[in-house]
Amino acid sequence: MQRFFIFLALCILSLLPALPAAGKAAPRADKFVFGLLMVGPANDHGWSQAHYEAGREIEKQLPGTRMIYIDKVNPADRPGITIPMLADDLIAKGARLIIGNSDDMKDGIREAAMMHPDVYFIHISGDDVLTGKGGRNLSNLMGRMEYGKMMAGFVAAMTTRTGKIGYLGPLDNAETRRLATSAYLGARYAWTHVLGRPAADLHFKVTWIGFWFNIPGVTSDPTLVSRNFIDSGHDVIISGIDTTEALVVAGQARKQGKKVWAVPYDFRGACAEAPDACLGVPWFNWFPGYRLLISQAMAGKWRPQFLWLGPDWKDINNPETSAIGFIRGSALSPAAAAALTRFQQGLADGSVNLFTGPLNFADGTPFLKAGERATDSQIWNLPHLLQGMDGH
Amino acid sequence: MNPSSRENDLPSRAAWPWLLFIPALATGLVCLLLLALGMSPLAIGRALGSGSLGSWLKFSHVLSVWSPLLLCSCGLLFTFRAGLWNIGIEGQVIVGAIGCTAMLRLWDGLLPPSVLLPLALAAGGLAGGLWGILAGELRNRGGVNEIFGGLGLNFVAQGLIIWLIFGPWKRAGIASMSGTDLLSPRFWLTTPPGWRVAPVALAVAVLALAVTILLLDRTRFGLHLRAVGANPGAARLFGIRPDRVSMRAMLLAGMLAGLAGSLQVTAVYHRLIPAISSGYGYLGLLVVMLANYRSPAVPLIALFFACLVTGSIQLPITLQIDSSLAGVIQGAFVLSALLVHGLRRGKD
Repeated sequence: MQRFFIFLALCILSLLPALPAAGKAAPRADKFVFGLLMVGPANDHGWSQAHYEAGREIEKQLPGTRMIYIDKVNPADRPGITIPMLADDLIAKGARLIIGNSDDMKDGIREAAMMHPDVYFIHISGDDVLTGKGGRNLSNLMGRMEYGKMMAGFVAAMTTRTGKIGYLGPLDNAETRRLATSAYLGARYAWTHVLGRPAADLHFKVTWIGFWFNIPGVTSDPTLVSRNFIDSGHDVIISGIDTTEALVVAGQARKQGKKVWAVPYDFRGACAEAPDACLGVPWFNWFPGYRLLISQAMAGKWRPQFLWLGPDWKDINNPETSAIGFIRGSALSPAAAAALTRFQQGLADGSVNLFTGPLNFADGTPFLKAGERATDSQIWNLPHLLQGMDGH
Repeated sequence: MNPSSRENDLPSRAAWPWLLFIPALATGLVCLLLLALGMSPLAIGRALGSGSLGSWLKFSHVLSVWSPLLLCSCGLLFTFRAGLWNIGIEGQVIVGAIGCTAMLRLWDGLLPPSVLLPLALAAGGLAGGLWGILAGELRNRGGVNEIFGGLGLNFVAQGLIIWLIFGPWKRAGIASMSGTDLLSPRFWLTTPPGWRVAPVALAVAVLALAVTILLLDRTRFGLHLRAVGANPGAARLFGIRPDRVSMRAMLLAGMLAGLAGSLQVTAVYHRLIPAISSGYGYLGLLVVMLANYRSPAVPLIALFFACLVTGSIQLPITLQIDSSLAGVIQGAFVLSALLVHGLRRGKD
C-alpha cells in the first residue's frame, strides 16, 4: 500500500501549489464581471464568435465591466461538465451576470439560475420568460433574424441559375423552422415578385444535420451535405448552422469551375472564408442587447425581460444600434444588390410583410388566411415548415 | 501478455521507487511540452489545483465525476483480472442509462418515486450487465474477440441512444442533441444545498468499490478470475470453467457500468443526452491501466483524473488555454506508466 500512497501524494502534490494561488486570484471587487458560456469555439467565424466579440465590445464601452468566458460548452466537447458546474466556476471568479449563448443550454441555465438567485442570467434564443419557467433573475435575448434570413433567401433566389436552393439546417425546432421559413419566403418573393417566375419553379430544400455544428459520428457532416446540395444541382446554399462549411464548400467548388454561391450566417466577418462565393451574410450584433441588459443589471434596474431585437432600419449594419445586419458579399451582382436595396426598404417601411397569408404548412393545412398577418407568437412558435419547402 | 498476468507480475516492495518514475516522467513530459509551447507549467498546475480542490463546491464537482468513473473502473478490474479487454464498457454505460430512463418513463405515475428511483438505478445496472453478457456471448459462442465485439456494441449503443433521443423519446416538437426532456425533479437523486454531488451516488460508488475489493481479494470467485486470467488452460485442470468465469466478469463489469449510466441520468444530467457516458468507460480503462490493474490505487487515480476533468475548466477561464490539455496530461500519465512498467520488466 505504501507505494500507492506515495504515488497518490505525488499526484496530489502536483496540484496543491495551486491552493495559495486560489486566494491571490480572488475576484476584484471594482469590476462588474460577466461570464459568457459559448456552445462553440470563440473563433468559429460564426455564432459563438459573434457573441465573443460583442462581449469584448461591452468591456470597451461599458466602463467597469470585465468578461470571463468558456467556449465549446457542449457535452461532446466537454464530457461530464454541466452548465450549473460552469456557472459555479464563473461565479467563483466573480461573475455577477452569466450569458448562456445556446438553445442547448436552456435546462442548464434555468437550473443554475435557480441555484444562484443573486446572480443574473441571460439565456440567448430561449423563451423561459414568455413561458413563465424562468425566475426573476433570468432574461431572454434574441435578434429578429427573420429579416436577415429573408434577405439571405432574397439574394439566393436573385442569383440561382438552376432555381434550386439548399438550406443547411441545424436541428428541427421552432427557432430553426422560423428562420428556414423566412429564408424561403424571401427567396419566393424575389423569384415571383422581382423575377416574375412561377413559385412552383423554385426548389427550396432544407436538410437538418442534427446539431448547430458538426459532431463527427453524431451529426450529418455539413461538408458532405453541402457537397450533396451542389452535386444535386443546388447552386446556392444558405447556411443555418453555426459554422462556415457551406461557404467553404462553395468556394472549393468555384475553384473547380462550378458556378455556385453560398450565404453564411451569424458573424459579420464570415464572408472572409471564401469571398468570391459569398453573396452576403445576415449577422447578429449582440452588443445592443448585451449593453441594455448588463447596464440595467449594473444600475440595479434588472427585471426579467424577453428581448427580441430587430434591425435599426436607418442603418442595419450600425454596430451601435442594430441587432440584425446584412453585409453584402463581393459575389452579389449589381442588379441583385439594387433589388435587395428596394426589398430592404419595403421591409423597413412595412410595405413588404412576408408572413402574410395565404400561407399553408407543408402538409397543406392552413397557417394564415389570405391577407392575415402572423403575430409574433405565431412566428416564434412556428410548428412546421411551409408548403413549397422540401424539408428532411 | 494479458493484463491479468501483468497484475501477477507486480514489483516487489523493494522495487517501489520504480513507481515514483511514473508521475515524475509524466510531469516532466507535460512540463517540457508546455514550456515548448510557451506556457507556464506552474500557472497551469495552480489553475488545475484551484479548480478541483480550491473549495468544497469544486471538490464536490470532482466527486460527481469520480463516482461514475470509479464504478466503471471497478467493473474493469473484474474483466482485466479475467484477462479480458472490456472495451465495450462505454456501450454498457450508455445502455445502463437507457435502461434507467426507460424504467422511469414506463413506470412514472405507477409507483412512488421512493420505490421507482431505486428500481430505475437497478434497471440501469441490469441493462448494462446484459450488454456486457452480449459481448461475452459473442466471444464465447461466436469466437469474436471481446475487443472487436465490444467496439461494435459501443457503436450499436451509440446508435440506439441517438435513435431514442431523435425518435420515440424526443422533446415535444423538437428533436435535439440537447437530449430528452428533463426528468421530473422527483426522480433526481437529492443533492444537499452547497453540494454538487448526490450523496447516494457517492455511497453507491464507495459500496461498489468495497464489494469489488472483497470479491476480488477475499472470495473463491476472485481466485477463479485470477486463475482464468493467468492461464485458462491450467484453470481448467482445477475444474474451473473459464467461459463461465469470464461471463460472470463481463456481467459484473456491465452492471457496474450500467449503474454509472444510471447515475449520469439521475444525478448529473437529469435527462438522457447523446453523450451520456461522458467517455467514462474509456477513461476508466486508462485509470485501471495506470493502476497496474490492481484495486488499491484505482479510487485514488480515478480521483486524480476527476480532478483533471473538473479543474481543466479553469484553463480557458483564467489562462485562455484549451481544456483538452487535461487529456494530454492523462495520456502522459498512462504512457509513462506503460513505459516504466515495460522498462522494469525489461530490467528484471
